[in-house]
Amino acid sequence: MTTTISANPERSRGRETSLQSQRARAAFWFLAPMLVMLFFVAAWPLFRSIMFSFTDAEANDIFTGGSEWVGFDNYLSWRVRDDGSIRWRGVLADADWWNAVWNTIRFAFMSVALETVLGLLVALVLNAEFKGRGLVRAAILIPWAIPTIVSARMWGWMLNDQFGIINDMLLTVGFIDSPIAWTARADTAMIAVLMVDVWKTTPFMALLILAGLQMIPRDMYESAKIDGIHPMKVFFRVTLPLLKPALMVAVIFRVLDALRIFDLIYVLTPQSEATVTMSILSYRELQQFGDYGEGSAQSTLLFLIIALFVLLYIWLGRVDLSGERSK
Amino acid sequence: MNHKMKAAALRVSALAMAAALVAPAASAQGVEVTVVSGAVGAAVANFDALVAPWEERTGNDAVLVPMPASTTDQFGQYRLWLAAQNGDIDLYQTDVIWAPQLAEHFVDLTQVATEAGLIEQNFPSIIESQTVEGKLVAIPIFTDAPALFYRTDLLEKHGREVPTTWAELQETAQFIQDAERAEGNGEMWGFVWQGNAYEGLTCDALEWVKSFGGGQIVEPDGTISINNPQAVQALETAAGWVGTISPEGVLAYQEEESRGVWQTGNAVFMRNWPYAYLLGNGEDSAVAGSFDVAPLPMGEGEGAQSAATLGGWNMAVSRYGDQQEAAIDLALYLGSAEAQKQRALNEGNLPTIQSLYEDAEILEANPYFARWQEVFQTAVPRPSAPTQGDYNEVSTLFFTAVHSVLSGEEEAADALEDLEADLEDVLE
Amino acid sequence: MIDLLTFLFWNLLYFAAFVGITLAVVFPFYYAVLSSADRSGERTASGVFWNIVFWIVVALIVLIAIFPFYYAVLSSLETGTQLFIPNYLPQSLNPANYEAVLTRPSFVSSIVNSVFVATVTVVAALFLAVTASYALARVRFRGRGLLLLTILAVSMFPQIAVLSGLFELVNWLGIYNTPWALILSYTIFTLPFTVWVLTTFMRDLPVEIEEAAIVDGASPWVVISKVFLPLLWPALVTTGLLAFIGAWNEFLFALTFTITETRRTVPVAIALLSGASQQEIPWGPIMAASVIVTVPLIALVLIFQRKIVAGLTAGGVKG
Repeated sequence: MTTTISANPERSRGRETSLQSQRARAAFWFLAPMLVMLFFVAAWPLFRSIMFSFTDAEANDIFTGGSEWVGFDNYLSWRVRDDGSIRWRGVLADADWWNAVWNTIRFAFMSVALETVLGLLVALVLNAEFKGRGLVRAAILIPWAIPTIVSARMWGWMLNDQFGIINDMLLTVGFIDSPIAWTARADTAMIAVLMVDVWKTTPFMALLILAGLQMIPRDMYESAKIDGIHPMKVFFRVTLPLLKPALMVAVIFRVLDALRIFDLIYVLTPQSEATVTMSILSYRELQQFGDYGEGSAQSTLLFLIIALFVLLYIWLGRVDLSGERSK
Repeated sequence: MNHKMKAAALRVSALAMAAALVAPAASAQGVEVTVVSGAVGAAVANFDALVAPWEERTGNDAVLVPMPASTTDQFGQYRLWLAAQNGDIDLYQTDVIWAPQLAEHFVDLTQVATEAGLIEQNFPSIIESQTVEGKLVAIPIFTDAPALFYRTDLLEKHGREVPTTWAELQETAQFIQDAERAEGNGEMWGFVWQGNAYEGLTCDALEWVKSFGGGQIVEPDGTISINNPQAVQALETAAGWVGTISPEGVLAYQEEESRGVWQTGNAVFMRNWPYAYLLGNGEDSAVAGSFDVAPLPMGEGEGAQSAATLGGWNMAVSRYGDQQEAAIDLALYLGSAEAQKQRALNEGNLPTIQSLYEDAEILEANPYFARWQEVFQTAVPRPSAPTQGDYNEVSTLFFTAVHSVLSGEEEAADALEDLEADLEDVLE
Repeated sequence: MIDLLTFLFWNLLYFAAFVGITLAVVFPFYYAVLSSADRSGERTASGVFWNIVFWIVVALIVLIAIFPFYYAVLSSLETGTQLFIPNYLPQSLNPANYEAVLTRPSFVSSIVNSVFVATVTVVAALFLAVTASYALARVRFRGRGLLLLTILAVSMFPQIAVLSGLFELVNWLGIYNTPWALILSYTIFTLPFTVWVLTTFMRDLPVEIEEAAIVDGASPWVVISKVFLPLLWPALVTTGLLAFIGAWNEFLFALTFTITETRRTVPVAIALLSGASQQEIPWGPIMAASVIVTVPLIALVLIFQRKIVAGLTAGGVKG
């Protein structure tokens, strides 16, 4: 009984070819500025980054040349120690890297799942009509609006074991007997990071989902109500299917950001083994160690992992990329 | 207070780079020298007054570009600018550990510093820390070293002496902590320090290892010395503090968190830098007037000694700056006794020039400086000279290993054995 | 291998838990929303009950969202040792931190810079994205899916990895230390986002309205500006707002590509606030600065929020 509004114009029969080609030409001119801009800005930095991953470039010589081609050594290589044993090196042989990969994936998975659920909930609230809705909407956006470097520090302060207000609250209520060092302990560091990230990015999700909800014509609900269809059924049969494109695109961008998460963790739990992520390792390698070869190899691997996830997601989620599959 | 910069002077870097190639400043008359430095409140406020005598004398203008206080952020930026041979910036204020890593981008100051008499006036260990392969890459302008902060009132109340060994410290801290808690002061802790996995932990842990006679991670001749029984003992000792005399949260503490616990009156001992001395005596501090400082305790075994990690800041002249000549002159001025004294009086920075510790005016303004002279006798540099460009990686490997021992994830002996192999990978 | 298996096991467990939570939390709540939306009707017992549930949830959401901000306001009014003691109500109303921040000559100019950079970035991104997404959503041509993926790929590299390349680009263009360096580099993350979101929304607009316009002889440009734009307001405002905040909060590029204090943006200005010494972190001023820079964003939301709920309901379009 799905009501379809997302049909494509070209699906209609009997389109003349001249109109078709006129539209195609227009499409080209509409796309061109954006593509030129993007190519101009992104092509060189991305290309360079990938190239560096095959060289032994150091921070001191990235602009002047002087680095040598080392093939895949930054990814995987080995050396023989004095005692004859073999030691593997390179990003792929680095236990820290794999730890970071799992951390990142775990983090991305859990944060995006939580944010989607909560974002949906918040969006549904904001979609309802009630007094003071504008103010609530502004209030909701505050967590997203505070610069990450500030909110991460703020939360670090609030989560502090000695003078943090979160512990104070939990102690007062009686949930815990002694203060918890949230960001210090290996078993709570990830929870702390997740908590802050969910707090911070749920508004992003909520707003995108809300925009999706707003695009669903109201009369859909009206007619469903008149027909006496149970609201649950309406949710599954009307709201969710119509919301899916918006939801999907919101999730893609959240996954992208979550897999690249850097600043929040960098400030909140810097270099804690339990929360270190791929971006943090890469930042450390590039900015602190100046090892552009290995740092770029990490960035490139991160790029590949993200690409893999996005493709998997698009495939599993049956995201209609080209719009060809419209119902 | 007017530290506003003249935007016009800062040209687009591409142009400036070209300019730098054409001609270094022909004359040192009326040029503008750009200094970049981590924005620390007192220093920013004092900058104009500090350089005023130099500006008057030379007719030049010194312009400050402030940077975020995070030293890691600064370092990354500076290296990027230097690698790009940016001509906008003439002088860099550098951390004591940066000199060897950035040496190739800086002018050799050995000769000018010798002529100005700065080499002999400074503490030899500090000059040494800025010398890379016989080349003085930066001129020290002030120094820093941590000390043991202790509560005079609590020690007196419980009839205890200032500890000189870590064992004594542990015993005393535990005793007073228990006694105070029994009296209802439930938030009291024995000892707070910096256990977060960051550069600060390298400083803390280097002190433990050195104080147990366990060397300094990588020796000046490049030998990797960290895998030894004394170092193991040092780390095991420190790991034993967590959860007993130090809160578990200390594993996430940097300087400010320790100071927070200390300044609200909830710690008997603290390891921290001189800045906490001034703030701890502030009006709103719960411990004002009831604490003092001493050199950090020592360990036991052969070669045990008190050790304090050397901090501090220096002025380095960029090879690519437009105004090299004037910049060298300004660096010499900022490192001179005159400027260091001004800094000591107005910013509370510890001078690197030995004679200033006997200067009556300075001692009157900062009586606690006398205490730090004692601390400097035990100053130990971080191994940035032998590791050069790899220092940050070495330090990261070290504090990561230490952190995993402190948090109980790894045995000290295993962690140090792995660390040794990892350090070989980096340094071979 | 064992590692991988345990990893998969736990994640599957998490997933099951999330599905459970979703069902348990969202759907009853959705029911509540629909029922309470029914307020015009008769006041049944269950209607009142769901109404109460609804308001409790609204209150909870608002509380969680703004509590840390409230705490920041609280902290911004405190100084010295006070900051280290947890409290829930203002202990003092000391404007010293606000004075300290606002009297810094460069702080106000950094707000102006941020407004300029973020506004231009968003306007440019929206302009480029609206036209591009029209082509991507409404015109059939080969390789559309691949093109969308390529655009997305630009956003897949960690920011730090593109920093040195962008630095070179900026130097080469001679726009180092100008707002244009930031505007240019911000397109790297705003453009893919706006293009994708707008393409999705544009694709969902009913075909009939476009056909009607085309039959009337409207050119593609007219179709976009006169027919689609009014309908796209919720999506435009939402993406614009999110992109604006993204540009407003960006730190790394802003720190690297500007050097003069008067050219710097808000996050860098906040990072430049410092204590008297190296190790001290000036909590009070940082909190005050955060409060100050969050206010314009709240104002922005309040101004544009009407547009978020405009859209199709106003257009009266039949689905």
